[in-house]
Amino acid sequence: MHAQTIALSVQDLSKKYDSGFAVSHANFEVPLGSICGFVGPNGAGKTTTIRMLLGLITPTGGTGQILGHSISDPDEYLKHVGAMIEGPAFYPALSGAENLHVLATLGGFSHKRVAEVLKTVGLADRAQSKFKTYSLGMKQRLGIAAALLPDPKILILDEPTNGLDPEGIQEIRDLLRGLADKGTTVFVSSHLLSELEIISDYIVMLRKGEVVFAGPIQQLFEAQQPFMLVRAENASDLDKVVAIAVADGHKAHIQSGVAHIEGPADWAGVLNKKAFEAGIILTQLSPQLPNLEETFFEMTGDKK
Amino acid sequence: MIRVVRAEWRKLRRPTLFLGTIGAALFFTSLFTTLLFTLIDSPRGNSDPSNPISREMLSSFGGSIIGFTNVGGLLGIIAYCVFAAQTAQEYTYGTLRNLLVRQPGRLRLLAGKLISMKLFALVMVLISGAVSIAIAYFLAPGAEVERALWFSADGWSQIGRTFVNVSISVVGFGILGMIMGLLLRSPISSIAIGVLWILIIENLLGAVKSSTLDWLPGNQLNVIAMGGTPQVSYSHGLTMAVIYIGVGALVASVLFSRRDVAN
Repeated sequence: MHAQTIALSVQDLSKKYDSGFAVSHANFEVPLGSICGFVGPNGAGKTTTIRMLLGLITPTGGTGQILGHSISDPDEYLKHVGAMIEGPAFYPALSGAENLHVLATLGGFSHKRVAEVLKTVGLADRAQSKFKTYSLGMKQRLGIAAALLPDPKILILDEPTNGLDPEGIQEIRDLLRGLADKGTTVFVSSHLLSELEIISDYIVMLRKGEVVFAGPIQQLFEAQQPFMLVRAENASDLDKVVAIAVADGHKAHIQSGVAHIEGPADWAGVLNKKAFEAGIILTQLSPQLPNLEETFFEMTGDKK
Repeated sequence: MIRVVRAEWRKLRRPTLFLGTIGAALFFTSLFTTLLFTLIDSPRGNSDPSNPISREMLSSFGGSIIGFTNVGGLLGIIAYCVFAAQTAQEYTYGTLRNLLVRQPGRLRLLAGKLISMKLFALVMVLISGAVSIAIAYFLAPGAEVERALWFSADGWSQIGRTFVNVSISVVGFGILGMIMGLLLRSPISSIAIGVLWILIIENLLGAVKSSTLDWLPGNQLNVIAMGGTPQVSYSHGLTMAVIYIGVGALVASVLFSRRDVAN
C-alpha cells in the first residue's frame, strides 16, 4: 500500500508487562477514508493498542505511524484525531456542553463545533443537563461528540455502540458511513461483530495480543470455506443428500433439520441435479459465505 | 499553555466548587477575625494561648491584618484539598485520557493546570484578606482598638507583605496537594492523608518534640504565612518549603510524564 494512502500503520508494535505481552508484534495498515473494524475477544489487546496509537501508553517495542507521523510524536497528529477510549469519561458536575467546551478550549477548536457535534449525535436538547444525569446511551453519544470536535481526519472509537438502543446503533452506523464517505478514516472496535460486518471495509483481528488477520473484509471472507444450506421436501431424504455431497468430496453434516454442505456456490447446480436424479425434491438450496462472527470464531479458535 | 489554563479555569469556576471554596474560606476568615476582637478581654485569650494578641498589637501598623495572618494555614489546607481533588479526579473520572489526547504535552498540561489553580487560590486569598480587613475595621471600635496606624504607609506596607506571604503559603500548600494527587491518583486518599498529616501528625510531633517544627513541611508553610515565628524564622521556613516543594514537584512531574495512562 502506498504511504500516502495509509492513515494508520503499525510495525511489530508490542506492549509487554510483567505478566506477558498485552500486544505482541502487531502489524497492520489502515487505508485512508476506510472504516476499519478492530475485533478481538476481551483482553485481546484492542484497548492497549488504541492507547499506544494515542500516546497514552508507551510501546515496549515496534513502531507506528498516524497520518505519516510517528506515534512517538503524538503532538504532530493528535490535532487531526478524534478518539473515544474505553467508554465516555467526563466531569459529572458539568453539563454535556460544558464538558465539550473544556475539550474545545484545550484543543483550540472553535466553540461553534460544540453545538454542531451535539446536534450531530442528537444531544442538542440535553446539552445543558449535567453529565451525571445522562443515561448510558447519552453518555456514549457525548463521547462520540467529543471525538468529533476536531473535525478529525481519523476517528478512533472503542466500543461506540455500547449502551445504545437499536435506533441509536443505526444512527451511529449511518454517521460513521457518512464520515467515511467524506474521507474520514474510522478505526472502530466493537464486540458487536454483526455491526462491524455491515459498516467495515477493513478488518484487523486480534487474539491474545497477536494480529490474526488484517486486510479488506472481502479478503477475509474469501479465505473462508463457502457452504450451502439445504432442505428437502422429505426430511428423511437429507441423509441421501449428505451422501451425494460426501461422494463428490464435500464435507457435510445435518444440523436442526438442515444439511450444511461445504462447497462453492457454482456447485449448487450440480447438487440440485444429482438430488433430482435421485428422486429428492429440494425446498431450499442457498449458497452462503461465513459471516464475520463465524469467521472470527474460526480464526481465533474461540468457541461460539 | 494558555489553552490549558483556560480549560482548567472552566472547571474551577463552576458554582458549586467556586462558591463552596470561597464560602469555606470566608467562614474561617470571619470566625478567626471576629474572635480576635470579641474575645480580646477574655481570660482564656483570643488566639493561640502561647501567642495571645493584645490590644496594643491590634492597634499597631499590622493590626488590620492579624486575623488574616492567623487563618493563613487554614486557607492553605483548603487550597491543598482543591488542588489534590482537581488533580486526582482526572484519574478517577478517567478524564485524563481525554485531556492528553487534546494536549499531548504532559508537562505543558501539568503546568497549565497549576497556573489555573494558582489563580483560583489567589482569588480566594484576595477575597479572604479583604473580608478580614473589613471585619477588623468594623469590630475595632467596639474592642477599643485604635485604627489610626492601619492605613498609614507602614500599615499598607504590612498589608502588602502579608498578602504576599499568605499567597506563597497557600500556593505552597496547593502544590503539595497537587503532588499528592499525582502520586496517589485518588482524591480521597490524597486529601485524607494530607489533612491528617498537616492537622494532626505535625501538631503531635511538634508537641512531643518542638525541634521537629524546624523541618515539618506544613509548619514551614504556616511560618511563611505568619511572616516568621519566634521558633522558626521566615527565611528558614521559605528555604525548607522550596526544597520540599521542589523535590516533590520534580518527582511528581517525572512520574506524570512517563507513567502509562491505563485507566
